[in-house]
Amino acid sequence: MRDRITALLVLLPSLVAVGIFVYGFIGQNLWVSFTDWGKNPAQALALRPELQFVGLENYRELFTGFVETRFRQSVINLVFFTLFFMAGSLGLGLLLAVALDQGPRGEGFFRTVFLFPMALSFVVTGTIWRWLLQPQGGVNVLPTLLGLPPLAFPWLTTREQVLVFDWNRLPLYTAWVVGLVLLYVAWRAHREGEKRRRFWALLSGGVLLLWALTVGSRVHLLPYPEPHGFSLALVGVILAAVWQMSGYTMALYLAGLRGIPVEVLEAAKVDGASPWQTYRHVILPLLAPITLSAMIVLGHIALKIFDLIFAMAGLDYAPTDVPAIYMYLLAFRGNQFAKGAAIGILLLLLVAGVVIPYLASQLRKEVRR
Amino acid sequence: MGRIFLYAFLLLMTGFFLLPVYLVVLTALKEPAKITLDTVWRWPDPVYWESFRIAWEAFRPKFQNSLVLALSATLLSALVGALNGYVLAKWPFRGSDLLFAFMLFGMFIPYQSVLIPLFQFVKAIGLYGTLGGLVLVHVVYGIPIVTLIFKNYYSEIPDELVEAARMDGAGFFGVFRHVILPLSAPAFVVVAIWQFTQIWNEFLFAVTLTRPESQPITVALAQLAGGEAVKWNLPMAGAILAALPTLLVYIFLGRYFLRGLLAGSVKG
Repeated sequence: MRDRITALLVLLPSLVAVGIFVYGFIGQNLWVSFTDWGKNPAQALALRPELQFVGLENYRELFTGFVETRFRQSVINLVFFTLFFMAGSLGLGLLLAVALDQGPRGEGFFRTVFLFPMALSFVVTGTIWRWLLQPQGGVNVLPTLLGLPPLAFPWLTTREQVLVFDWNRLPLYTAWVVGLVLLYVAWRAHREGEKRRRFWALLSGGVLLLWALTVGSRVHLLPYPEPHGFSLALVGVILAAVWQMSGYTMALYLAGLRGIPVEVLEAAKVDGASPWQTYRHVILPLLAPITLSAMIVLGHIALKIFDLIFAMAGLDYAPTDVPAIYMYLLAFRGNQFAKGAAIGILLLLLVAGVVIPYLASQLRKEVRR
Repeated sequence: MGRIFLYAFLLLMTGFFLLPVYLVVLTALKEPAKITLDTVWRWPDPVYWESFRIAWEAFRPKFQNSLVLALSATLLSALVGALNGYVLAKWPFRGSDLLFAFMLFGMFIPYQSVLIPLFQFVKAIGLYGTLGGLVLVHVVYGIPIVTLIFKNYYSEIPDELVEAARMDGAGFFGVFRHVILPLSAPAFVVVAIWQFTQIWNEFLFAVTLTRPESQPITVALAQLAGGEAVKWNLPMAGAILAALPTLLVYIFLGRYFLRGLLAGSVKG
């Protein structure tokens, strides 16, 4: 009995610390995000600022206020960065793992080389690639080694955007995408014979698409069009991030490939499957759980990416902005703490949206086992 | 045919991963005036070591800060993790699983969502701008992952060992000291490598909570590289200095590094 009390007492400091630093601070941050802290410059740096409760005003301003175009561009940047960074790291990691799985000579050497960027900080990676991507830097000059003319692409400094769309269209596009996804879910449920899931997916998807077809195109977030798109200055940042993280996905995939029982591969061979067919129909499906957890980890990193962009492009360059950077800029350079806190909460919601379903499914799997 | 293609691909990829390193070393060894467009890729002649001396002089205080920070925070969080893991694996009580889940949640939050209250708090307790404040923060936010690693490791130790020791009259700390601790070396190595690497490479807390005199090397490097007037030989030499400790860990303890990586793969 005395030992049990000791055990609890040993755990207690950590529980209190986590309680304050995680839960307490999230609560406090939420409260700050509902105030006007920073609106009045005289109050911003006061030791005990007088905070007024303003409800969701900060959030409204971020998404539809006319001063916050930069925040909206940062959100679009985050979406594109996350997509391309995940696709790049997963694709390259898988290719490297498959190549190493063929048992080439010097496998250990290659593995070491592909994995070493993981040991670096994003600041070091950013510093290195910032130099490589200078207008007169290594990458643009690279073709001259082969006798070709140098490139002239202004990697980190271009203001060019592609895939541009009007922010006003965002609700409409969102409705389309979510609606179509729900229809797909309904179709899957139909094939799996899950009637309840089919019903709800069909209903909500149908409502969304109906809304998009009727009122959706008349909804305007802003009184004027506001174009946003994929900022090409991010290409270099994505390149650096993939360079750093694809070794990690390679390690995951390689462990997965090595874990596939030989009998399974033998069976595929006996059935007359070509190597390509074996990959397509046997190996890749077996790797799906790894892809999922890698996506969670990479998505998690992408959503809060900060140091890499800080080191590559700095804080002040809007074309490479992401919410984590903008949050820091607002709160710790501009003393607009309430708005910064609101962005912090939005990031938390995004991460929770990614991580909680994953954890729940992992937990369910463990319970089933 | 397939083999040739395989090796070609692997060599190409080796180039992708190593050419940046080659260029960094090259630039760090060049005289600033000789860093020009048409000789970017050419080996310096003569080799100019001065940049390393200057970078070392400029970065030495920050390097020391990083070293003190990473070592002390790693040591502390390994201790905390070992005790927590021991309690959760060998002294479970009603609701301890729930408390573990309560802790683990801290692993997944983006730190931006607590940064402002954290900043206020560290300021209020007088630790803003000190290494001590940063140590505290790293130890606290490290609790989930180190507890997880130790708990998983200690779960593998048979309960009979603990029971036998208790029969012999060992109490809570007696069991820990004589049974658990002697078996803990691999878990300590994994946690030490993971935490040391993470803390050495960390940037967000460091840039928010330090003053110039307590800056770790990552912050100093980011600020040096961000300056416009600096020649590239210095940031490159600085990047090598900043990367060296974790690279050495990776090279000499790679197996454990990978294990830590996979253990932490639920984290970011």
